Amino acid sequence: MTIAEAHAPNVEDVLDASAPQRRPSTGARLFHAYGQLIAIGVLAVVLLVWAPSSLSAFRLGTLGKYCAFALAAMGIGLAWGRGGMLVMGQGVFFGLGGYAMAMHMKLEAAGPGQVPDFMVLYGDGTMPRWWEPFRSAPFTLFAIVALPALVSFILGYAILKRRVKGAYFAILTQALAVAFSTLLIATIKQTGGFNGLNTFTTVFGHNLYDPEVKKNLYRVAAGLVIVLLVILWQLYRSRYGELLLATRDAEERIRFLGFDPASIKLVAFVFAAVSASVGGAIFVPLAGIISPSDVDASASILLIAGVALGGRSSLLGTVIGAIAVGYGRSALSERFPTQWTYFQGALFIVVILLLPSGVASTGSMFGSLVSRVRTLLPRRTVRVASSIELDHASSEVLA
Amino acid sequence: MDVLTTPLLTGTATGAILLLAALGLTLTFGQMGVINMANGEFLMVGAYCAYLTQQVIGSPGASTLVALPVAFAFAGLLGLLLEVSVIQWMYKRPLDTLLATVGVSLVLQQLAQDIFGAQGDPVTAPSWLGGHLSVAGYEWPHRQLFTIVLALGSLGALSAALKYSSFGRQIRATVQNRELAETLGVSTRKVDRITFFVGSGLAGVGGVAIALISGTNPSLGTSYIIPAFLVVVVGGVGQMKGTVIAAWAVGVTTAFLTDWISGSMAQVVTFALVVTFLTLRPQGLFTVRTRSLA
Repeated sequence: MTIAEAHAPNVEDVLDASAPQRRPSTGARLFHAYGQLIAIGVLAVVLLVWAPSSLSAFRLGTLGKYCAFALAAMGIGLAWGRGGMLVMGQGVFFGLGGYAMAMHMKLEAAGPGQVPDFMVLYGDGTMPRWWEPFRSAPFTLFAIVALPALVSFILGYAILKRRVKGAYFAILTQALAVAFSTLLIATIKQTGGFNGLNTFTTVFGHNLYDPEVKKNLYRVAAGLVIVLLVILWQLYRSRYGELLLATRDAEERIRFLGFDPASIKLVAFVFAAVSASVGGAIFVPLAGIISPSDVDASASILLIAGVALGGRSSLLGTVIGAIAVGYGRSALSERFPTQWTYFQGALFIVVILLLPSGVASTGSMFGSLVSRVRTLLPRRTVRVASSIELDHASSEVLA
Repeated sequence: MDVLTTPLLTGTATGAILLLAALGLTLTFGQMGVINMANGEFLMVGAYCAYLTQQVIGSPGASTLVALPVAFAFAGLLGLLLEVSVIQWMYKRPLDTLLATVGVSLVLQQLAQDIFGAQGDPVTAPSWLGGHLSVAGYEWPHRQLFTIVLALGSLGALSAALKYSSFGRQIRATVQNRELAETLGVSTRKVDRITFFVGSGLAGVGGVAIALISGTNPSLGTSYIIPAFLVVVVGGVGQMKGTVIAAWAVGVTTAFLTDWISGSMAQVVTFALVVTFLTLRPQGLFTVRTRSLA
């Protein structure tokens, strides 16, 4: 856009601005403030009441996996949609949680004092020292939160404090995902390598093959989604949420106001990492496997696809987008394995090109399109009419 | 001494390919703020151009020489098509170009897989690339020397074009100050398209070099795109000098590390080194001094 275009006043805008502002009614304001909470409630009923009672065990399990993706997607929504940091390596944190959980389950399957089967198969049957603490369930749960928080804090502190942002940040996080999956594949004796960790029997002492346990695992996944939604809802309307949004839109201005944009973004980055890790941890017992292909760069990009589709800065959009992409992937890739890649590629291009704010924005976009068409069509007549009115008005003043 | 010279040479050859991939990236990033994740796939397209010309012509020697301009033109045209169809609508949204071109790269990879099959195809290197050059008691494989010469030749041609041709001046003017260039009558839209064509074409040339070393593969671009971006980031955006040094440094570092530890660990360590470097010099090796805050 040239400077002239940017500064040319639009007749319609001027007229709109001069129109008297109407205060929204109390009901409308309440709906504006709590409408999303109602929507979360509806989603909670669908996920926690309707789905377990009417879906088959298999479908419920897959929906649980999509819920795990949704947890990671919500973190991306916070960091990218609200914080402006395109995190292209969330698979790493998904993997940290997932592998922590998988290691614990692997040790449970092996039994006390025993060594996971693959270590005997690929190695000499000795277990690396750092596996030992994961025998303990409380430590595993602690690690699922603390490990990604620590890694993301160190990385985020190093990068964000030096004002690395935008595309640099995105590239670095993607490089992180590449490095992480390469590392996993290379360390076959410690992490199962390309095959990852699988063949579990129990999770925290509960038999994984028991249908009721499976159902409860799903309930945990769906419940976590709802809990995180409520937390984010509160976060978005808090002072911090406003600050994060402001940092995204005008980082320098925030700095001049005396805030430290790096710290503000660091909080969002760490939060996103932890939510991805929790998603990974619940993913493992539901899927029964975690492998480098679940955590590498393309898995991370698939997570972003859901967020972009649903609407990066929308609260519920990220969840619904992640579930939709997960569903679309399994539905399409079962029947047309190659077409899925085309579809995924096209999804990226079309959504980013035409719907940068995701499907969540279609409503408002349709509205603006309608108003644009309305203003475009009779533009000439509107201008003439308004100039006549102005002339008329000015002549009245003169008279 | 072989412990030092062998990785030095392989590293320099890897660096040369990275340079060819990174030049296009740094040009388009510096000039338009566009992140083209599909640039890796232009390497792949160049590799398949080498394969196809060999299928048509037969003789490896002649086909390699023909493949270079063919790959440049074809990859360049694809880049132009990408610019016209997708990227030109997103100049104000650099992060979005990144994601949209990720989509493009997925489509291109799958397309190559559907056309040529998931398995790679071998490309026969001409006989004059098979030998070694003996200098000072060391054996220098011709193939790696060819890659290095190719990259340096492309770099020289690009620098000369930027410095002396009228298009080059227009490109530099657009990079330095887009508005001012526009007011002076430079069609920045046209300049953007030419930059895109040249940048993608250079990746195509790099693809020919890859094909001669390791054959073709639908997904060969994915293993180069991230290192190429790290090169751009380390070198400083829009800085040719920085890109050259960074490409060489990343290539040689990876080669040395691969010798000492395994290849995959080398990638991890290189990544850690790049992050450490960025915390020390967040703007890369070289920066354009501006008074802007961003």
